[in-house]
Amino acid sequence: MKNITRFGLGLLLSSSVMAVQADDVKIGMITTLSGGGSHLGVDVRDGFMLAIEQSGRDDIEVLIQDDANRPDLARSLANEFMQRDDVDIMTGIIWSNLAMAVVPAVTRQGTFYLSPNAGPSDLAGRMCHENYFNVAYQNDNLHGAMGAYMRKEGFERPIIMAPNYPAGTDALAGFKHLYEGEVVDELYTQMGQTDYAAEIAQIRASDADSLFFFLPGGMGISFMKQWESSGVDIPIFGAAFSFDEILIKAVGSAAIGARNTSLWAYDLDNETNHQFVDSFREAYSRTPTLYAAQGFDTANLILSALDSVHPDDQDAFREALRAADFDSVRGEFRFGPNHHPIQDIYVREVVEGEDGQPTNRLIGVAVEDIQDVYYEQCQM
Amino acid sequence: MINTTSQRAPGAVKAPGTERHFDRKGLVQMTLLGLLLILPVVAYFLGHLYYVNLASRITIIAMAAVGLNLAIGYGGMVSFGHAAYFGLGGYVAGISAYHAFDFTPFMSWPISVPGSDNLLVIWLAAALLCALLALVIGAISLRTTGVYFIMITLAFAQMIYYFANSWPTYGGEDGLPIYIRNTLPLLDTGNALTYFLICFIGLILAMALTSRLMKSRFGAALTMARLNDVRLATSGISPYPIRLVAFVISAAITGLAGALYADLNGFVSPTVLSWHFSGELMVIVILGGVGRLYGPLAGAVLFVMMETLLGGITQYWQLFLGLVLLGVVLFAQHGVMGLLAGRERNE
Amino acid sequence: MSVTLLIEQLLNGVQLGTMLFLMASGLTLVFGVMGLINLAHGSFYMVGAYATAAVTASTGSFLTGLAAGMAAAAVAGALVELIVIRRLYHRPHLDQVLATFALILIFSEGTRWIFGSSPLRLSPPSWLTGFVTLPGNTRYPIYRLVLIGVGIVIAIALYVLISRTRLGMRIRAGESDREMIGALGVNISKLYTVVFALGAGLAGLAGALVGALQSVQVGMGEPVLILAFVVIVIGGIGSIKGALLGALLVGVVDTLGRVYLPIFFRAFMPPSEASGVGAALAAMLIYILMAIILAFKPKGLFSAHD
Repeated sequence: MKNITRFGLGLLLSSSVMAVQADDVKIGMITTLSGGGSHLGVDVRDGFMLAIEQSGRDDIEVLIQDDANRPDLARSLANEFMQRDDVDIMTGIIWSNLAMAVVPAVTRQGTFYLSPNAGPSDLAGRMCHENYFNVAYQNDNLHGAMGAYMRKEGFERPIIMAPNYPAGTDALAGFKHLYEGEVVDELYTQMGQTDYAAEIAQIRASDADSLFFFLPGGMGISFMKQWESSGVDIPIFGAAFSFDEILIKAVGSAAIGARNTSLWAYDLDNETNHQFVDSFREAYSRTPTLYAAQGFDTANLILSALDSVHPDDQDAFREALRAADFDSVRGEFRFGPNHHPIQDIYVREVVEGEDGQPTNRLIGVAVEDIQDVYYEQCQM
Repeated sequence: MINTTSQRAPGAVKAPGTERHFDRKGLVQMTLLGLLLILPVVAYFLGHLYYVNLASRITIIAMAAVGLNLAIGYGGMVSFGHAAYFGLGGYVAGISAYHAFDFTPFMSWPISVPGSDNLLVIWLAAALLCALLALVIGAISLRTTGVYFIMITLAFAQMIYYFANSWPTYGGEDGLPIYIRNTLPLLDTGNALTYFLICFIGLILAMALTSRLMKSRFGAALTMARLNDVRLATSGISPYPIRLVAFVISAAITGLAGALYADLNGFVSPTVLSWHFSGELMVIVILGGVGRLYGPLAGAVLFVMMETLLGGITQYWQLFLGLVLLGVVLFAQHGVMGLLAGRERNE
Repeated sequence: MSVTLLIEQLLNGVQLGTMLFLMASGLTLVFGVMGLINLAHGSFYMVGAYATAAVTASTGSFLTGLAAGMAAAAVAGALVELIVIRRLYHRPHLDQVLATFALILIFSEGTRWIFGSSPLRLSPPSWLTGFVTLPGNTRYPIYRLVLIGVGIVIAIALYVLISRTRLGMRIRAGESDREMIGALGVNISKLYTVVFALGAGLAGLAGALVGALQSVQVGMGEPVLILAFVVIVIGGIGSIKGALLGALLVGVVDTLGRVYLPIFFRAFMPPSEASGVGAALAAMLIYILMAIILAFKPKGLFSAHD
């Protein structure tokens, strides 16, 4: 942990000491490094910096700031990057509500923004922008893919559950859109809820044959721990946001058997991914999460565009980004017309790893070439 | 205007023989206000827009704290829920702009209320709605005292926070963007310096209002209600309505600051309604010096600057922020203003 | 809605209530005896959970971990009292608010510095996992029943401590007249440190016990801190009895509200809308409850300071 910090800081310091030349590229990263849920931001940052380091380029300066998961602070930091540091590209935001606060202002002022995680529907649809690229997913993707997968697997009476906030209601809507059938019930929990006894009792009382839930971060940990000893034995499904490598290790055995959709898996078989996972483990002594993979891909996309043109030539740089001519750890990767990915969504199952700790194993593809439904509303 | 108001401590009778003390305090206050005005102007003409916007942020937070200080410092009403008014003010700006942008009415029954992007309309609406909300909350809360008052104000703020988080029409937790800054006749509010000056005038007016109020009979009664409400009651004045009025004015000032903040950020979200934000406002008031006219300003400058500077140095910046705050409370008894300008006579 | 489901939900409410009581009892004691508003009480909850997770992971014994967690929280409490809080007793409430707000930041980020950003793993021991079958063929987790049991034991122990022991006598004396017990020659500063450490230890115990069911992560103490404040204000500040009844009331109302409000709204709304409205109202419910109680009983249900 400390090593990584030192590495990040060292990079920051050495790069700011370096004489800045006219054709140097400045990248501003605003991400969540403190408070609850900060392991997402740490992984995005580490994946991103790994790619920058591997590129061996010394003309790229990455400025990193912590938004503490607060929209107003993130907005102020964005001003700092744009108005004081004059960055060419911004990236890093983890949460949809922070993205909504920052991204429209950034792109409107002519700075590129590449999202390494959040993909709210408005930014894919009516508020899309030519300078905004999402390198991760549109928020509905993983939930919809799980709906399609569960239908394919023959589950007929799912009960579905999410926190009562926009990303939660979107998740359930996305699930239902591709599940294309009736669900037994929809449960809405509170944001940040820690006790799920009441919901578990309701699930037990229903005659559901499966459970789909979207409970990101600590909420998912709490739920699964409580689920384990409840004696309810229907299979559970979710999106990768409740099942990244760090979370399932905190959950322990309770996560075993759960299936989840993800746009990436560390055991995905392609050369770029093998190299990424190996070098990430070597650099940070842990298995990367999908957030690290998204950070890594974001950096490599930027690097691929920088190989041909400097961001000062906005139109050419935008074209270079749009081409997405880089080796993604996900294998195939391309952008739809609204600059959101068209990609395969995989299914992983949580199994017991060689060290006795739970880990994800790739078991198949949920949906090939999934695309969000908002691109038709996008006019750029 | 401030020159005259700042010479006298609010709510206190002028005491003889403290001239030297006055000079130091006046000097500190003038320096603070002067720097806040001059630095952004200089930054603007040097092309550093970021610092202008940072100054706007400090100014607005200070104004919100001025509102809270009227309740806490002068009225002795420790409100742990002023985020509710700050957030409501912000949402008035956001919702009004949203409807003006969409050309949809905010309300069509029983009367038709259209959206508006005119800042004067928004400010008026924000102040009135916050005053109304504070009237209801205050009327119930002021029946309690001490910690009960702290917690009941928190409870009301939490209700509004959860409501805003889960109500989908205006974005829920995602918040509500303001695409184009709301406008004023004849002025380009989109200009960073213009907007800073608007905020600065707002802060000055809020401070002047506080000062005028506290020098009036009303202020004397409020001070008496804080220090000894039994004595006030025996002189035939009921403390309850006095406190309620002060609480309502305090909420309106904080609500106006909230509206300014939403337009500064081009964005409003439930985060500004959370108990964290109520706590931060309180911390700023205490940090600067409770019940001092310039306390909220000093607190806001220090707090926002620390947040900005420490954040760039280490990802554990909140740890150091905590240590600094702890240091201030342990070693500077009357806040930053107490440290710089000496004690108030009524302390 | 079946009766068995209602009974199960009542048990869930009681279980939530007993854990809230562990938090609230310390908070209310500290306020009652020293007149201190301690926003950092949630930090001791977090310290307890982290210490338990760390010790359980290295020794393999949950009970050792639990003892370590409670001890760590009590020691942290004693240190905080000796270094910081001690200087604040004669200062206004507002200074206490600022100082304990600062302590939250220090504890949270300090913990993150030591343990990293990832949540820690802490599970109930294998002999406490699984469920029992209640009448009506309902399965109920053993661990939650144990939590209820621990809560009851602690409540009785606190009652005995306060009504039957010398320390309890001093605490009661301190609550009714702070100057008086000093005059009677009681070593006040020692008493204060002990009471503060006791409250912190109980919070640590709650954090450790609940941490096994939830996520052990930075900031875990804050939601429960707010709930604990609601509890002691409803119950009447300084009153252990009030804290117990307030905790049970909040636990049961919160749990039942979450279950039955969405169902209630479904009677006259489309299901998905009803779930949303019900959940939103359920989130506000305990605050509405608190506002109503304070509107009619401005000093809570059982104030010790009447």
